[in-house]
Amino acid sequence: MEIILVGCGKVGTALAAQLTQEGHSVTVIDTNADKIERIQEELDVMGIVGNGASINVLEEAGAERADVLIAVTGSDELNLLCCMFAKKAGQCAAIARVRNPLYSHELDFMKQQLGLSAIINPELAAAQEIARLLRFPAASKIDSFAEDRVRLIKFELSERQKLDGVPLHEIPGRLGQDVLVCAVERDGDVVIPAGDFHLKCHDLVTLLIPSEKAAECFAKLHMPTHAVRSALVVGGGTIGYYLAKSLIKYGIRVKIVDNDAGRCEDLVELLPEATVLHGDGTDRQFLLEVGLPLVEAFVPLTGIDEENVLLALHAKKHSAAKLVTKINRLDFDDILDSLDLGSVIYPKYLICDSIVQHVRALQNRAGNNLKTLYRILDDRVEALEFTANESLRALNVPLAELHLKPNLLICCIIRDHQIIIPRGTDRICAGDTVIVVTLERGLSDLGDILA
Amino acid sequence: MNYPMIIFVLGRILLCVGALLVLPLLVSAIYTELSWTAFAIAMAICILPGVLMSFFKPKNRILYLRDGFAITALSWILISIVGAVPFVISGYIPNPVDALFETVSGFTTTGASILSNVEALPHGLLFWRSFTHWIGGMGVLVFLLSVLRLSGGSHVNLMKAESPGPQVEKLAPKVQSTAKILYGIYIILTVAEILLLLLGNMPLFDAVTTSFGTAGTGGFGIKNDSMAGYSVYLQNVVTVFMALFGINFNFYFFLLLRKVKRAFSMQEVRVYIGIILAAVAVIAWDIHGLYTTFGESIRHAAFQVSSIITTTGFSTTDFDHWPQLSKGILLLLMFIGACAGSTGGGLKVSRCIILFRSAGRECKRLLHPQRVDKIFVDGKSLSNETVRSVHAFLVAYVCVFVASLLLISLDNFDFSTNFSAVAATLNNIGPGLELVGPTQNFGFFSNGAKLVMIFDMLAGRLELFPLLLLFRRETWRRF
Repeated sequence: MEIILVGCGKVGTALAAQLTQEGHSVTVIDTNADKIERIQEELDVMGIVGNGASINVLEEAGAERADVLIAVTGSDELNLLCCMFAKKAGQCAAIARVRNPLYSHELDFMKQQLGLSAIINPELAAAQEIARLLRFPAASKIDSFAEDRVRLIKFELSERQKLDGVPLHEIPGRLGQDVLVCAVERDGDVVIPAGDFHLKCHDLVTLLIPSEKAAECFAKLHMPTHAVRSALVVGGGTIGYYLAKSLIKYGIRVKIVDNDAGRCEDLVELLPEATVLHGDGTDRQFLLEVGLPLVEAFVPLTGIDEENVLLALHAKKHSAAKLVTKINRLDFDDILDSLDLGSVIYPKYLICDSIVQHVRALQNRAGNNLKTLYRILDDRVEALEFTANESLRALNVPLAELHLKPNLLICCIIRDHQIIIPRGTDRICAGDTVIVVTLERGLSDLGDILA
Repeated sequence: MNYPMIIFVLGRILLCVGALLVLPLLVSAIYTELSWTAFAIAMAICILPGVLMSFFKPKNRILYLRDGFAITALSWILISIVGAVPFVISGYIPNPVDALFETVSGFTTTGASILSNVEALPHGLLFWRSFTHWIGGMGVLVFLLSVLRLSGGSHVNLMKAESPGPQVEKLAPKVQSTAKILYGIYIILTVAEILLLLLGNMPLFDAVTTSFGTAGTGGFGIKNDSMAGYSVYLQNVVTVFMALFGINFNFYFFLLLRKVKRAFSMQEVRVYIGIILAAVAVIAWDIHGLYTTFGESIRHAAFQVSSIITTTGFSTTDFDHWPQLSKGILLLLMFIGACAGSTGGGLKVSRCIILFRSAGRECKRLLHPQRVDKIFVDGKSLSNETVRSVHAFLVAYVCVFVASLLLISLDNFDFSTNFSAVAATLNNIGPGLELVGPTQNFGFFSNGAKLVMIFDMLAGRLELFPLLLLFRRETWRRF
C-alpha cells in the first residue's frame, strides 16, 4: 500500500522500518531536513521536507494516490489537521496520534466526527498495559484477545511450577484447564512447540488461557494470582497520570514521586486519592524512605531511559516488588533483555503494533478481518486475531487436514462466546474468532495461514 | 566493507550480463555469422562464476554508502572486462587494451572508437557495441535494483553511487519501483525512436542500433560516416531524440503523472533547452557560409549541438572544419553536458546552475559581507552540503582532467587533440577535435594513453568519486 507518514521521530522511524519491511511504499514528511536525510539513508523510503498539514506538501507526497496517512508528529492538533487535509486531498484512511490527556475522553468523538480510522494514544496504551501487568504480577507480558476473553500470558518457568521436563501434552491435565503453550523462548531461540516438546526450567513460556480461568490456573502453578496492593510510581508524567488513575480505580494504593513542584500540585488536583510526593525519584535515600523495600510494585517512568533502568535495578536489589520498566528511546533491546528489569514496556513499539494492526486490517477490508495484532517475544513471534468469514478456503475443514504454513499454530477458536482450544478434528466456521501464533511476519488475512 | 555482499552482488551482475549476451548471440545466429561462438564463450565466462558466486549467501545483507560505491566501481570494471571478451575472441579487435577501450566506451556511453573501419565488423559485434550503450545508459545497477531484494537503505546507497547528478531524487517511495519507472520510460522512448526511424525507411538493424546509441547517449555508429549518410528525416528524428534523452527523466515522470506545469517549471530542463536553442542559433549563423541553404546549416548545427550537449557523439558532418567560434561553443557544450538524472554525461546542467549561482552569491557577499543568502533551485533552497559537494566535484573533475591531459601528452600529439580527447572521454562524448575529430578514431594512441582514457570514461560515467575511492586504502579495510 501507499502510506504517507507525517513525523519522523522515534515512533515515525520505528513505524517506517516496520511498514517498509512489510512491503509498503512509505513516504515520510518532516520539517527537519536532517531527519529526512537520515531516514532516507537508513530505509527505503521517500522523504519530503515540509509541513505535513500543508496541502502542497501532501500533494507532493502523493496524497491523492495514498491509501493511508499516519500522523505522528509531536503536536496533536497538527496530527489531526494532517489527517483532515489528507482525507480531503484523496481517498486515504487516516490514523492520528493524539496524546494530550485533555482529549483523552474525546477520542471517540474526534474519530467519528473527523472520519478517522483510528486515534492512537501511546501514553494511555502504555499505562493500560502496565496496569494489566500490575493486576497480574506473575506475568511478564499479557496480551488480551477477543474483548479480553482470552489472554496470552508470558512468564518464566522456575522450580516452583514443577514443570521441568514435562511434555506439553500433559499440561492441560496437570492444570485441569484447557490451556495451550503457544511459544517458548529458550536460550534466545524461539520455538512454536508441538505436543511432544519438553519444558525446562527458565524457559520463557507464552500460555494461552481463558481470562476467567487465569487466576485459578496460576494458583495451581504456585504463582501469585492477586493484584498488587500498592504501587510506587516515579515520574508523574502523562503515563504516570493514566497509570495512577486506573490503578486507583482497581483499589491499588498509589504513591507518585515527581521532582517538579508545579506538576505535583496538578497531580494532586487530578488524582485526589493518590499520595503525591515532591522529591527526587533518583535519590536512593529518598526512595528507601518512601517505602521502596515494602512496596509491591515499582514503576520507574522518568523521561530518561537510563534512569529508569538504574532505578529498576536498584529496586530489584532492595525490594521484592513487581517491576515494570518503561523504555522510550534506547535502541539496545537485546542488552536490556539480558538485564533483570522485570517487565519492560516500549511505548514506541506498542503504538507501532497498534498502527501496523490497523494498516493490515485496512489492507484486506474485504477479507477475513484482522482484529488484533501483538508481537510477542521481542517481535519474533506475532499473535493475531482474525474473524473468519465466508470467503475463507479453510472453512469447515478439520484442522488436521489443513496444510498450514510451518511454525504456525492455530491456538484458539471462539464461537458464540465459547472458547475452544482446537484439536485436529475441530474446524473453523464462518463467524468464528481465530487466534493464530506464528513466526512468520506480515500476515494480514486468515487465508494466509495456508502454505 | 562488506566483502561477502560485494561478491554476491557482483555475481548477480555477471549473471545479468550473461543473460544480456543472449541478444547479440541471437543476432549473430540470424545473420549466420561465425562470431556467435565468441558470444557463447563470453556467456560461459559470465555465467559459470556468476552461478558459483550466487551460491555464496552473505549473512549481513546491508550495504552502506561505501559498499555501494565500491560495488558500483567494481561492477562497471567487471562488465567492461567480460564485455570485451567477444571482440578479442572473434579476432576483430585482437589487442585486449583496444577491446577494453571499445567496451568501456560502449558501457560508459562515450562512443569513442579505436576502429578505423566500423563497417568491417559482423552484425553481431555491431549490435553488441550499440547494445552496451543502451545497457550503460540507464545503468546496470539500476537494472539490478529493479529485480534484486536488499534490506534497509542498501538500495539507496547503490543508487546514489550510480545515478548521475548532484542529488538523487526518487520518483517513488521504493527504489525498486523507481528503477522500474526509469526503465519503463527508457524502454518506451527507445521503442518510439525505433518506430519513427523505421517509418523513415531505415533498415531494422540500423534503426535498432541507432536507437540504442541515442538512448544511452552513446554514439557508436554502424557506418564509417556516422549519421551523415542517412536521409534528412532520419537525421532530424535522431536530433530530437538525442535532446530528449538528455532531459532529466523526472520530467517524463511528471508528464506521466499529468503534472505538466510542474514538469515545465523544472529549472534545469528550461536552462538545458535554452542552451540548446542559443547554441544552435549562434552556430547556424556562424556556419551559414559553408552550406548551400540556411535550413541546411540549421539542421547541421542542431544535430551537432544536440549530439554534443547530450554527450552522444553522432555526427552528420565533420565539425572539425567549422569556424573557431562554432568549435569553441561545441567544446564548451562538451563540459556542460546533459541534465542530471538523464543518460547523458558531462558536468550536468544542474551542477552548472549551482556553480554559477554560487559564484553569484560570492559576489553579493563581497558587496555586503553580512548578507545571508541561499541558493535556490526550483524554488527550494539548497543545503550548503549539496553546494559543497558540487564544488568538491568540480575540483576533483579538474584534477582528473589535468592529470589525464599530462599523461596523454606523453604520446606527443598536438594540444587540441590531447585536450579534446580527454574532454571527449571524461565527459563520455566520443569525438573530439583535430586527430580525434568526428571522422577520425582513437586507434593511434599508445596502450598507456588508452588505459588513461579508459579510466577517464569510467570516472566520467560514475561521476568520479566511486572510482577515486578505489584508490584509497581505507576503502578496502574491513574496519
